Amino acid sequence: MSTLQTGQPRGILSAPASPDYRRARRAETRTGYAFLAPWLLGFFVLTAGPMLASLYLAFTDYNLFRAPEWIGLDNFRQLFDDPRYLQSVKVTLVYVLVGTPIKLAAALAVALLLNNALRGQGFYRSAFYAPSLIGASVSIAIVWKAMFSDGGVVDLGLTGLGFPSEGWVGDPSKTMPMMILLATWQFGAPMVIFLAGLKQVPRELYEAAAVDGAGSLRRFWSITVPMLSPVIFFNLLLETINAFQVFASAYIISGGQGGPAGSTLFYTLYLYIRGFSDFRMGYASAMAWALALVIGLITLVMFRTSNAWVHYSGESK
Amino acid sequence: MSTATSTTTAAALTDDRRGAPRRPRRQQGALGRSVLLHALSLVILAVALYPVLWMLVSSLKPTDEIVGDASLVPSDASFDNYRTALAGIGGVSAWTFAWNSLVLAVLSVIGTVLSSAVTAYAFARIQFAGRKVWFALMIGTLLLPFHVLIIPQYIVFQKLGLVGTYVPLLIGKFLAAEAFFVFLMVQFMRNVPRELDEAARIDGCGHVRVFSRIMLPLMRPAIITSSIFAFIWSWNDFLGPLLYLNDPQKYPLPLALRLFVDQTSVSDYGAMIAMSVLALLPVMLFFLVFQRFLVDGVATQGLKG
Repeated sequence: MSTLQTGQPRGILSAPASPDYRRARRAETRTGYAFLAPWLLGFFVLTAGPMLASLYLAFTDYNLFRAPEWIGLDNFRQLFDDPRYLQSVKVTLVYVLVGTPIKLAAALAVALLLNNALRGQGFYRSAFYAPSLIGASVSIAIVWKAMFSDGGVVDLGLTGLGFPSEGWVGDPSKTMPMMILLATWQFGAPMVIFLAGLKQVPRELYEAAAVDGAGSLRRFWSITVPMLSPVIFFNLLLETINAFQVFASAYIISGGQGGPAGSTLFYTLYLYIRGFSDFRMGYASAMAWALALVIGLITLVMFRTSNAWVHYSGESK
Repeated sequence: MSTATSTTTAAALTDDRRGAPRRPRRQQGALGRSVLLHALSLVILAVALYPVLWMLVSSLKPTDEIVGDASLVPSDASFDNYRTALAGIGGVSAWTFAWNSLVLAVLSVIGTVLSSAVTAYAFARIQFAGRKVWFALMIGTLLLPFHVLIIPQYIVFQKLGLVGTYVPLLIGKFLAAEAFFVFLMVQFMRNVPRELDEAARIDGCGHVRVFSRIMLPLMRPAIITSSIFAFIWSWNDFLGPLLYLNDPQKYPLPLALRLFVDQTSVSDYGAMIAMSVLALLPVMLFFLVFQRFLVDGVATQGLKG
């Protein structure tokens, strides 16, 4: 209630039903919308409006130069007959479903390690985080391409270790592992979040478990994982959505075409090619909405199943 | 700060209960463990930093010695690659690209901080009708994939004749379209004691004055964190400029890099990598200076990298 004051001291004292109170409330609402005006404008012009427009365009044939022509579900039907589209779905799903768990496992493992390390934790934390800041840039994509090219340093290292290797960039079966390694290299951001979560786990739990004779593996599964589950859930959600949106690295490494043999034809890349090289804006809108539906569905499933495995303290489950 | 692990504390605790005799051996075990953990951390550090170090060293090597050379010590270091890179591409100097990147990043920071702070203040401190609905919608845009928006946004900007200008890249920043920053600032404001602004309200200050005189000065840490992220995200952005810019005179560094990749032959990595280093230099400097703010920002707000 105290937050409903206006500038006049009188307003604070008035009873809720009094005219003064109502006037104060109206003034508060006017001020609120004045402060919110820039965001509201952006929301309608840059988010809600375009969303509705692309929903409409998804049912049209539109190339930016002629008026959109209504074609019903044709775009969506074509998607399923388009081998390059299906390829882009496959590439993206493999990247998300394989890459994200690997990246998160690496992030959790290193967070557990750092939570143990006695000295220099702050330094390691910062150093491991650094790749997350630059990993999605064009610069690193170029470096990655150079390192994984035929006879590059990765080949040298692997051959030196007894695993002969002949180039990754040109081999369709190896570009996906290369992209997943690039994603995993950026384990720092989720690691920092895991580490912050680990700090919240009460020490007494481990101490009690140790007194009861629980081994470290047992303590991990019975204390760390349940106590950390809200953070695991948060990271999983965030990283999954991020993984769907990878673009710059795929564009640079594949020369903008998704090659070799479509092995790096990520969803975003194909959407870009369809929309902005072929100018098939209706088709690309259909692609965008298909993806939005899939991401929405995945988010929904994650939230629904989270009741079963995400443990919030203070809640009896 | 005690960085002793929960497990070692637990071990020490049990030792105390079991009595002194076993203690020395246990401590020896803890020492061995600590050495092992440090060794492991160092190995991961080497793997995490190797690509960056390799990039820096390679930028000093002649082009034909880059790809097949894993060493981090160049045989004969020279700045030739940087000279080539700075000469620019297609008649446009590298300084022009850097300047363009800087203009975009600085304007992004100004727009993001101003608009996000005003929006966050409305959500955190003003009780207006419909607040909860708008807040939920704002959070909803956090989960929205940007793909849904790029095509209709492009059409709108194309119809308005704004393709080829910086307007499409900046307008969203001035309208608080990046919900991450609004959310970060709302969270921060919620932790500011209400007594501070309520006292001012009772003394007759309106929201505008409470916001500008009390809230903004208190928000320094949140503003610094937001500024750094807004700068780096704008600096690294590739898709936005790729969609909207078509004149190399207006290209920021990531697009210039793509031009470089397209125009030089695949094996000519020298200048390309030197240019990559130049493009990352400000980000690396920002990281070295502000790493605390960045890492703590991620830890508390869950911002992406």
